[in-house]
Amino acid sequence: MSATTFGWLILLFPLLGTIIIGVSFRRLPSTVAGWIGSLAIALAFAAAIGALISLQGQPESHRELTSSLWDYAVSAGVDARLSILIDPLSVFMALVVSGVSFLIHVYSIAYMKSDRGYNRYFAYLNYFVFSMLLLVTAGNFLLLIVGWAFVGAASYLLISFWYRRRTATAAGIKAFLVNVFGDVGLVLGTFFIFRHTGTIDFQKAFAAAPHVFTHNSTDLTAGCLLLLVGAFAKSAQVPLHTWLPDAMEGPTPVSALIHAATMVTAGVYLILRMHPFYEISTTAADVGAIVGCLTLLLAATVAVVQTDLKRVIAYSTMSQIGYMVMGVSVGAYSAGLFHLMTHAFFKALLFMSAGSLISAMGGEQSLDRMGGFRKAMPFTFACFIIGGLALSGLPPFSGWLSKDDIIAFLDHRGGWFLILGIAGYVGALLTGVYTFRMIFRAFWGEPVEEARELEHGHLVHHDVPTNPQTGEAEDTDVGFPGVEHHIAERDIAMRAPMALLAVGAVVGGVLQIPGVDDVVHNFLKPTFAGSHLAEIDVKAGASWVGLIVGALIAVAGIFIAYRVYIVRPGTSAALQARFSRLHTFLYNKWYFDELIDALVVRPVQWMGRFTESVLERGVIAGGITGGTVGVVRAASAAVRRAQTGFLRYYAAVLIVGLSGMALYFLISAS
Amino acid sequence: MAIGWYLTVSALIFCIGAVGVILRPNPLVILLCLELMLNAGNLALVAFSRMWGHEDGQIFALIVMVVAACEVTVGLGLIVAIYRRRLPINVDDLNELHG
Amino acid sequence: MSAVLFFLAAIGALAGAVGVVTIRNPFYSVLALVCHLIALAALFLLLRAEFVAAGQVVVYAGAVMVLYVFVVAYVGGSDEPLHRPGGALKVLAPLFGLALAIELCIAMLGTVLKGVSTDGAAYTQGFGTPAHIGTLFLTTYLFPFEVASLLLLVAAVGAVMLARRRRGLEPEEEVTPRFVPRAAFTGTMAEAAGFRAGAGTTTEPEKQTEPVGAQTSPPAGVGSTADRPEGGW
Repeated sequence: MSATTFGWLILLFPLLGTIIIGVSFRRLPSTVAGWIGSLAIALAFAAAIGALISLQGQPESHRELTSSLWDYAVSAGVDARLSILIDPLSVFMALVVSGVSFLIHVYSIAYMKSDRGYNRYFAYLNYFVFSMLLLVTAGNFLLLIVGWAFVGAASYLLISFWYRRRTATAAGIKAFLVNVFGDVGLVLGTFFIFRHTGTIDFQKAFAAAPHVFTHNSTDLTAGCLLLLVGAFAKSAQVPLHTWLPDAMEGPTPVSALIHAATMVTAGVYLILRMHPFYEISTTAADVGAIVGCLTLLLAATVAVVQTDLKRVIAYSTMSQIGYMVMGVSVGAYSAGLFHLMTHAFFKALLFMSAGSLISAMGGEQSLDRMGGFRKAMPFTFACFIIGGLALSGLPPFSGWLSKDDIIAFLDHRGGWFLILGIAGYVGALLTGVYTFRMIFRAFWGEPVEEARELEHGHLVHHDVPTNPQTGEAEDTDVGFPGVEHHIAERDIAMRAPMALLAVGAVVGGVLQIPGVDDVVHNFLKPTFAGSHLAEIDVKAGASWVGLIVGALIAVAGIFIAYRVYIVRPGTSAALQARFSRLHTFLYNKWYFDELIDALVVRPVQWMGRFTESVLERGVIAGGITGGTVGVVRAASAAVRRAQTGFLRYYAAVLIVGLSGMALYFLISAS
Repeated sequence: MAIGWYLTVSALIFCIGAVGVILRPNPLVILLCLELMLNAGNLALVAFSRMWGHEDGQIFALIVMVVAACEVTVGLGLIVAIYRRRLPINVDDLNELHG
Repeated sequence: MSAVLFFLAAIGALAGAVGVVTIRNPFYSVLALVCHLIALAALFLLLRAEFVAAGQVVVYAGAVMVLYVFVVAYVGGSDEPLHRPGGALKVLAPLFGLALAIELCIAMLGTVLKGVSTDGAAYTQGFGTPAHIGTLFLTTYLFPFEVASLLLLVAAVGAVMLARRRRGLEPEEEVTPRFVPRAAFTGTMAEAAGFRAGAGTTTEPEKQTEPVGAQTSPPAGVGSTADRPEGGW
């Protein structure tokens, strides 16, 4: 079978999965829906492998294949087809997405077991994977935008999965609104580009780009900046990042899948796919790099002071995506993709472990209440350590090789990119700090009550489930988080994926060791064939220098965390007291929520109120419809006066009419 | 006499009848004035019949008389019914059919 | 000679007409109409319409007017002055009539109707005799003849229906009319159209006569819409 057939199969299986589960969701007993969903994604992964093998079987110049299913609207000036593009980039993304999704599906089979919305969950999850795969295999802007929007919708559905929880629905709406804002940017950017290239097909547009656009032409820059807006919204970059921490309201596997491995990487994929445009419009690329850099620093600083476990990991995601955006904006394509892959592994692993830990805490997510779980949950602890080391970038874990690959590229390009590189190192330091702050606080120290119970083999279960954010009581009877909690130590379905991801986090780096092998880079060569930035080759020696610097910085970060949290436990409290203003500023996430509230939300609300009271009530209801009604009423009241009921008036009118007619005939006859 | 004279008389009677319909509030008198107008029409018809030399106008006039008789019957029946219900015999007071 | 007769008959007709309109007492109005009708019959004779003239006297003046006399006697109809709507119509009505008369006269006296200056067509033998009329009725105008008789039947039946006495429906002792004349621009249609001027006062009698089970919307009626914040309808 050809690669494109495999491509269609990649899309078909998750779609079938969601339809089957969605249609029969009432009838599927216990975990059948979970197995169906996982099977669908497993088949999609198999199809992705098939596409990979088939693609590699082609000669290198023939590795960009398109296939069109149906001509949607092909006429003068528009060529909208349902077409997919199978090339190394899309196969890479499809492999990562389907692989990690499969593991998370298996994890969810056990994690969501007692939840009333079990079947609905898997239908949504399969739908999400379908949309993400559609996004990455899209062959033209049309399917890209469709996949983009679907992914946003799936994210909304999954964030507000426990829809009776007020905070969850609010978070879902917030995520959806910011994503829609990005959608607008994406579509407008498409228009700008389409206006000049005349086609929405990727390959044709890329081929036409150098001829149609001059370097840094305004239209192209505008288009690329608008595409960046879309990318930033989806990948939670500053200033469109406020939805990501709130999105932790969803179930933990959802956070693992969507907000670590797949959806938030869609922005990175977008920039990668559009690299021909970004190489022509270097202004936009620079903007992307700067924003990525700002995000990685901002998110890292905020993560250092957060107390909610999942939010620390969320800000960590934001920071790592910042690395990726920064990298791909300046041309480190294969490094950025490599980091995407390794980040998917260790971030999903971290989220899964966090899910296990939160279950052990009976739903509690605050780091302030956790401690001393080392003995009670050895497997989860090991996974946290592995994930944390990979995230911080310690050799020989995969995160070290991928993250420092990006920074090395930046340093190699020189110029002002050096500043970005240094910022990357600062971020790496902070990464080590906050990651191990989280681990030390949760697993070292005095075991809390839940840990002690667990050591005796008893999983804590609160009588009255509460909302982790606000503490208000909830009603599990209407489908809140399930009554039972599942931890990795007890459920093989949770342990197996975590183990696989841990292995990936440890050994994944072998794919791109500088000077030894260049698997990712070589694999992606056909996609980035025409790019002058992709040809930049960082010498092995320079890479190794950067890697060693990075490793040292990571160790320094971990050491700082060790000093603050383990050696002298009161240090963090003292630091908080001393830098209380800074602490409050960081704790409130640099007041971005308040800023957006003041700049956007309040004016829009005011406009809504104004429109309702003045325009709607006054002008439209009062003036236009009311006025029309009033005029008609007045007119008919005036006319109604003719209907007096007096017979003689009627007779008089008759006579007058008669005279009038006679007059008319007289005049016309004379 | 020239036919025009008869027609003039007819016109005058018609107008007097019209004025009467408007002026008088008593429905009985209104009906009488309606009779006047009908008769004016009859006169005109017969005058024209004489002018042309056919009797068709006279036939028409006879039919008009039949119609007038029927109308008077029904109208007077209405007035009697109104009187029976002790309503005032005054078209100004019987003004319910208004907008 | 015929001119003299014509003027006599014409003046009689006009006098009768004016009498109908101006005489206060309806009984005398009826008598004035009878005079008018007889003068009109004379005019018909002058126009050689014998049968029509006879019919006029026998049917119109004889039967229809007698019917009128009966009804006037029954109904009464006292002298009533020309009152409401008083001012406007009292002045305007003669003006309308005058305008119409002038127009009609102009129409005739203009050169359009040339034929009216003649004395008419040549007189054929038997013009206007019952024989000719009868022949026409039973040949050319058979259909109107039959329809006219049908019309008479309908009128007779209608009259009986209208004026029949329903048993026990009009007790003699009831003096108060069941119908109170309403003020102008009030009444059920005014209410329906949302006219608020007099609605408050006239809804009261309706409420009291409603049987217990009816659930009209007096509370949500005209008065309370002012309390609702929304719209006005």
